[in-house]
Amino acid sequence: MELIDQHTKEIMEGCKERALAAGLQFEDETLEYIVTNRDLLELNPKVMIPTLYDYWVHDVEVLKEKGRYELYPSNPYETVINTRPAISYYNDNNPDWMNVMIFYHVLGHIDFFQNNHYFRHTWDYDFTGKALSDKRLIAALRSEKGRWVDYIIEFARSIDNLVGYHRELAQFDQLPSINGSKRLNYYFDVFLQDIRKVKISEYIKEVDRYNACIRAENRQGIKTFYAEVAKTYPEFDTLFKKSLKEKTKSKLDPVQFILENSDFLNKDKNSWMKSVVEVVRNTSIFFQPQIRTKIMNEGWASYWHEKLFLDDDRIRGHEVDFARTHSGVTSLPRVGLNPYALGMRLFYYIEDLGNKGKYTTHFKRLKDAKQRENFDAGTGKGQDSIFNVRENLCDFTFISTFVDQDFVNRNKLFVAGKRLNQNRMVWEYYVKSRKADNYRNMLLEGLYHPPHITIQDEQKKNSTLYLVHHFEGKPLVKDFITNTMLGIEYLWGAPVKLETSEVAAGGGNTPLAEGPQAADIRWERVVYTMKDRKLTRELLSG
Amino acid sequence: MDTKSKIYESIEARGLTPDQKKTIADELNDGREHAVPGEESADAREDGFKRQPATIYQYYDLIQLQAMAVMQSTYTATVRSIDELLERDRLREKDGFPRKINVGRLIKPAKGGKTKVVIVPTTVEEKFIHDPNFKVPESGEGDPSGGTGEGEEGEVIGEQPVRSPEGEGSGSGEGEGGAHDLESDAYDLGKILTEQFELPNLKDKGKRRSLTRYTYDLTDKHRGFGQLLDKKATLRKIVETNIHLGNLPDLNDIDPTGFLISPGDRVFRILSREKDYESQAMVFFLRDYSGSMAGKATELVVSQHVMIYSWLLYQYAMQVETRFVLHDTEAKEVPDFYTYYNSTVAGGTQVVSAYRLVNEIVEKENLSRDYNIYIFHGTDGDDWDTEGKEAIPELKKMLEYANRVGVTISEHGAGSDKGTEVERYIKQSGLLEKKPTLLRIDVLNEDANEQRLIEGIKKLISE
Repeated sequence: MELIDQHTKEIMEGCKERALAAGLQFEDETLEYIVTNRDLLELNPKVMIPTLYDYWVHDVEVLKEKGRYELYPSNPYETVINTRPAISYYNDNNPDWMNVMIFYHVLGHIDFFQNNHYFRHTWDYDFTGKALSDKRLIAALRSEKGRWVDYIIEFARSIDNLVGYHRELAQFDQLPSINGSKRLNYYFDVFLQDIRKVKISEYIKEVDRYNACIRAENRQGIKTFYAEVAKTYPEFDTLFKKSLKEKTKSKLDPVQFILENSDFLNKDKNSWMKSVVEVVRNTSIFFQPQIRTKIMNEGWASYWHEKLFLDDDRIRGHEVDFARTHSGVTSLPRVGLNPYALGMRLFYYIEDLGNKGKYTTHFKRLKDAKQRENFDAGTGKGQDSIFNVRENLCDFTFISTFVDQDFVNRNKLFVAGKRLNQNRMVWEYYVKSRKADNYRNMLLEGLYHPPHITIQDEQKKNSTLYLVHHFEGKPLVKDFITNTMLGIEYLWGAPVKLETSEVAAGGGNTPLAEGPQAADIRWERVVYTMKDRKLTRELLSG
Repeated sequence: MDTKSKIYESIEARGLTPDQKKTIADELNDGREHAVPGEESADAREDGFKRQPATIYQYYDLIQLQAMAVMQSTYTATVRSIDELLERDRLREKDGFPRKINVGRLIKPAKGGKTKVVIVPTTVEEKFIHDPNFKVPESGEGDPSGGTGEGEEGEVIGEQPVRSPEGEGSGSGEGEGGAHDLESDAYDLGKILTEQFELPNLKDKGKRRSLTRYTYDLTDKHRGFGQLLDKKATLRKIVETNIHLGNLPDLNDIDPTGFLISPGDRVFRILSREKDYESQAMVFFLRDYSGSMAGKATELVVSQHVMIYSWLLYQYAMQVETRFVLHDTEAKEVPDFYTYYNSTVAGGTQVVSAYRLVNEIVEKENLSRDYNIYIFHGTDGDDWDTEGKEAIPELKKMLEYANRVGVTISEHGAGSDKGTEVERYIKQSGLLEKKPTLLRIDVLNEDANEQRLIEGIKKLISE
């Protein structure tokens, strides 16, 4: 790994000027390295972070099947990593024009990393530096504790997809609270709606009463208001106080909860384990936004590398070369999904919406196809809208907001079905649907989505950890449950239970054999218990 | 098809239970064909389909934009050796955690080179994740994907031959960009299995017979005298002599009558002693590739066979010869492990066909005189010949010359509690008790892991 030469660096700086002029925003310093295949061999298991901690599994071939990205939600062949300064990697023998294209692509990514709010928690520090100190910490511990460090890494990694990434994000960009009174918020937002479940008319009556009290007696009115509340709901005060305590607790994700409450980890001789778990958790949190913005990130970078390359006066004469490479990367496949192609077209589409003022209620209400097609309010806000989208959305919101029928028609998209033709023994691909709803659902279905698992606090008694999998229509991978729970039990130091849903025996177990018998699945709630490294399973009745 | 139906009729005449009828009917009406997946390039198909990454998360900048090759980290590229990894695994067991390194399952034999097997140590990091293979059963459809271009709803836009996923070595080291596995020979694997997984050594190994034998052949040449005149060589020699003597002035007009023949010109063949390396073991691998073997059953059988093969190779210091037999209702011998490993399943089941073929081969080639013969048979236990009326006599015949017959039965899920047909009739025959050193069977459940497979091997090969 060595830095690129001065000649190429100069080209890069030229690219930066043009990108900044076009409106992209990024920190000025960047580092560019030439990598060989050998370097890649080392970088790839460390997800391109050269200073990531060492772990033996990195040296071993790991599962590479369809579910891979669910296990390893990070990009092993990323060209640019989200560090300060941003580091990007280049092939040794790229011609200049190609480097220009890649530079623009990289700058698109850097701009995205540094402006999209899903990366907010990575803005204030350099991850390579942090990773280096983590790596040293782990190396030091390893020389002392030997292979037990690796066990802890293993067990921590087995739950590193359950980290509370969104909670972490929520610490930033908090809305200034409009009404400072927690008691008031609790009364109207939680107590009335969730606990008492009052009718809307009653709710509005209470709001009116509150307003009336304030108007009549100003500050004194609040007391009058609560006096009345205490009369109608004598339990309110106790519940409110209880909620204050609970709130701080429920902010913890499963990993944090274990860190804080495990008797085992909190023993003096085991406290070193906590720092290892912490390292794994932080690393996971760092990588979370990457996979949640894959389509946007690649789309954004492709949009800009196309636009900026074609405007760059330094590389005239390479348009054909560029066109060939570019279309190789960003053409829509006949069957399949390409994040570059899809993301880029969505950004062009959004720009078009913005330019013509189509992202408005007025346009949405238009029913006449001709009118819709010819609509142009001439607002010219295209650039503003794409920058706005790049700042505030992630893949999920991006797709669910902008993949509509117009977009699907415009790019001739469809959901491609695949079915078995028994007679000819071939898989047939066919146009299954051209409806935007179906296309959107197909996209959303494919997005990264770790299971939602929380800790049930009430059942913490007798020191058993009770995990609840909030079922979303898909079961967990059964083969993995044993070892995952084994690790959690070790970290927790006491039995662990997992409540989840599984297909009831006798229903839907023979997917292909019996032909169409769709959606005939019966689900049942089961509880797995890991105790003394033995797993048992029982049916949850009711 | 016709032979199948004929066999079926003859079996039916003997009477069948409805259950048996159903399984047989399933296989009988199974339209599949055996096939060996070819080495077609997956990149460019005639119908214009390119192999696309399965999900959007398999597009990477370095690969898409900069066309860098995907390299896989191999254990030799890093500092660790496989021994170290396995040592770590042993310690895990000592510390009370399950082993994590897989060796055997991820072997992919390459076409050609007979003893080459790819060993890739692999592992899985278990987490709670949604099962990506789960879907609501919906009329046998594959996962929907995105598409673009012309075509009405419902229109078929292309097709792709079904390439049976079984036998392709699932979960193997085949990454997104293709194989960069490290090749290592099966001998190494055998060593690993013997040392790390504590498979027993063969007793036979100590009293190993001479590795060489001599055969006599008329291959040496000798001038002047000998057993057999080599006419062509002699004539050449005569011409040579006469050129030197100047008896051959014009190439276009040769007059052989004027040739002189020296005694030394006569070239004879004489008997020579040839060293011939002798293989000590002959291993027959028999695999049921009937329709019912689809999926996990085949995977288990072939990976166990790879391991047995490797272990024997190590035990006999490479002096192992192998023969591969596949059977459904008929048996055939296939030339190499690749075909054996990769042939897809189809058709009905007649265990006897394979046993008969092995007996024929052994008899015809007189193998029992020169070799230690091992026979390993993998099946799911279904047999149209439900009582083994034909199979048992053939099996008995086999036991007369074989050093060991090991039958692996990979049972389908929670099929029947009584055990499978093959298991039942072998047990009933009493051969297991009569010849415990010669015949072993190992019944696997379909979800057996590698650890279990190795246990099974111990059972099959232990003294």
